[in-house]
Amino acid sequence: MSTQATSRRQGGFPIPLVGMLLFISSEVMFFGGLFATYFSARASFNGEWGPPAGAPELEILPIALPITIILLVSSLTMHQAVRSIARGNQSGLRFWLIVTLLLGALFLAGQAYDYTQLGFGISDGVFGTVFYTLTGFHGAHVFGGVIGLTILASRAVGGQFSARNHVAVEAVSYYWHFVDVVWIALFTTLYFLR
Amino acid sequence: MATTTLAPGSRTYGRSWVLDWLTTVDHKRIGVLYIINSFVFFFFAGLLALVIRSELAVPGLQFVDESTFNQAFTMHGTLMIFLFIVPMFSGFANYIVPLMIGAPDMAFPRVNALSFWMLPLGGALIVSGYLVGGAAAGGWTGYNPLTQQRFAPGDGTDLWIMGLAVVGTASILGSVNFLTTIFKMRAPGMTLFRMPIFVWTVLVTQTLILLATPVITAALIALFIDRNYGGSFFDPSVGGDPVLWQHLFWFFGHPEVYIVILPALGVVSEILPVFSRKPLFGYRAFAWATIAIGLLSFSVWAHHMFTTGVVFLPFFTFMTALIAIPTGVKMFNWLATLFRGSITFTTAMLFALGIVSMFLIGGISGVMLASAPVDFHLQDTYFVVAHLHYVFFGGAALGVFASTYYWFPKMSGKRLNERLGKVHFWMLLIGFNLTFFPMHMLGIQGMPRRIADYSPDAGWTVMNLIATGGALLIALSMIPFLVNVVTTLVNGEKAGEDPWEGNTLEWATTSPPPTYNFDRLPPIRSERPLFDLRHGQQAHGPGPSPGAASADARVEP
Repeated sequence: MSTQATSRRQGGFPIPLVGMLLFISSEVMFFGGLFATYFSARASFNGEWGPPAGAPELEILPIALPITIILLVSSLTMHQAVRSIARGNQSGLRFWLIVTLLLGALFLAGQAYDYTQLGFGISDGVFGTVFYTLTGFHGAHVFGGVIGLTILASRAVGGQFSARNHVAVEAVSYYWHFVDVVWIALFTTLYFLR
Repeated sequence: MATTTLAPGSRTYGRSWVLDWLTTVDHKRIGVLYIINSFVFFFFAGLLALVIRSELAVPGLQFVDESTFNQAFTMHGTLMIFLFIVPMFSGFANYIVPLMIGAPDMAFPRVNALSFWMLPLGGALIVSGYLVGGAAAGGWTGYNPLTQQRFAPGDGTDLWIMGLAVVGTASILGSVNFLTTIFKMRAPGMTLFRMPIFVWTVLVTQTLILLATPVITAALIALFIDRNYGGSFFDPSVGGDPVLWQHLFWFFGHPEVYIVILPALGVVSEILPVFSRKPLFGYRAFAWATIAIGLLSFSVWAHHMFTTGVVFLPFFTFMTALIAIPTGVKMFNWLATLFRGSITFTTAMLFALGIVSMFLIGGISGVMLASAPVDFHLQDTYFVVAHLHYVFFGGAALGVFASTYYWFPKMSGKRLNERLGKVHFWMLLIGFNLTFFPMHMLGIQGMPRRIADYSPDAGWTVMNLIATGGALLIALSMIPFLVNVVTTLVNGEKAGEDPWEGNTLEWATTSPPPTYNFDRLPPIRSERPLFDLRHGQQAHGPGPSPGAASADARVEP
């Protein structure tokens, strides 16, 4: 019994999207736990909260802000991908998926470069620990999204989606927007709520 | 099996039954795999319990040293909770829930197989600590700094962390699957408030798993980073906070208690009406009480942390005591169901009644511990051990056996022997009370938990000896159970479709059901479609006329 057959029998919201939304709600709790470690550490920290002594202050330029914009734009391009296939536009789907994929990869590359410039590591005090854990697990989720986009893109090249059948594209787009929202929360917390 | 003519030259598909089971995506077979896997870990964790009880039978160190003892109680707790009770009920739910709601399978069959197969992997990781110089020994709660590199340098703790993360991820995937199934796969006519109570308890349980388990995953990752990458989440010397672990652990850990117990309460609510020949008294109240327990369970975690001195005692005492209200509602549901019922004492019924009485004791000692002044006295004593075993064993583990006796005929097509079943029940119940009731007294007298030895002058010897004798009786009670299962499978009495005159849809198909579950579903117009089918429409007053049987849905295989 395939899920496709079942979802046709049932009306309303498609089964794969229900599954994705439930999975995202569990991811919300996962990042909730990680953010809890951040705020707990910050609340009980004696001294000035921030990178350890000797390391440069965290700056949104030249890297953090540009990669934030890259990720935000990638949400828009993902949305374009869904809109294209909803109208049956195969080439539009392929184009926007690949653009999104490249933007996601660019974000990861930017983050990796940022890590080499920060001047402190995961073992340099509690700020280093929470900084790398939170951004690292967000990055891992972006990486997971990039894998999902790669699968989608290869399926799109094979012409597997249509205006009626593109629930996988929608499911991955939900996930991609979620990862984007997490980054907004993370960016705000790390760079502005100091 | 017909040879395929689709691909010329292809061989006949020779399917060995082993390969069939290893690659199955059928929810019923996966359910059986869950159950077998859980019983294997139950056996191993039970042996560890015997190690603990043997060592504590009399003062002095007779069998194991302190380090081995610490590993034994850590592994006992971890395996019993994460690899026996929780996956056991996931197994029963896997088998029964799609049948109960009239679905052909789970929503995501392949994810279902994935979330099962991660369990033996995670369990093997946890246990493999024994092969690399010592398993984790920081207690199933893994408190910091006991689990930090400085105090637990071995790889056992890292394997414990990884194993739990794998098991947790498996249960998150499982919960996505269960919730999607319950929300989207119900048969026509099966509204939310016509779902069997067991499905309600699974719905709430899986919601708790979905929202609570990721938090412990985050905490485990933090601990892993502390141990292996020089992190300082829980290290106060560089700005971390060991109490943070307790917050994260119990934010998961208290919902976990309800994850463990709610399915057992659901099973009781299936069994009592069937063997009292009455509907469950207050179906809606029971469903709402289950939801209330689920919601409240997220606001009580710090009652495990009263003695840390950093939590607001009145709030957590109040919220914890509040949970007694929906739990009490359930007690009255059950008693009113039994009242003037036509009761038959089958083994399943005996186990269900055992849960009602034992869980009552565990609930009462829970309210006692909710009171901060009492808790300050009893924290980390054997009273807590007694309380948690009355809930986990007296509630959940008895629920496992109640489910086994109740649903075994559906799963195997054969009825377990009632005489052997009753021997099993009474040995288990007496053994259980001999083991754990004296622990209340030991706790009040001040015996701390997690110690390998105690002074002969402490006055704890007699009751420890009784507890050890009880543990032995529990172990022996597994012999009639195993004999019963094996002899029944070999030549048991045929069960037929509906041996108990059940109320719910799983009894409307063959035993065991075909792969696609139902050829045809009866109309679903109440929470007891099979009762309606047997006794006609008059039981529910004026309903739609028999001619208007539009809800009589055919499910395509």
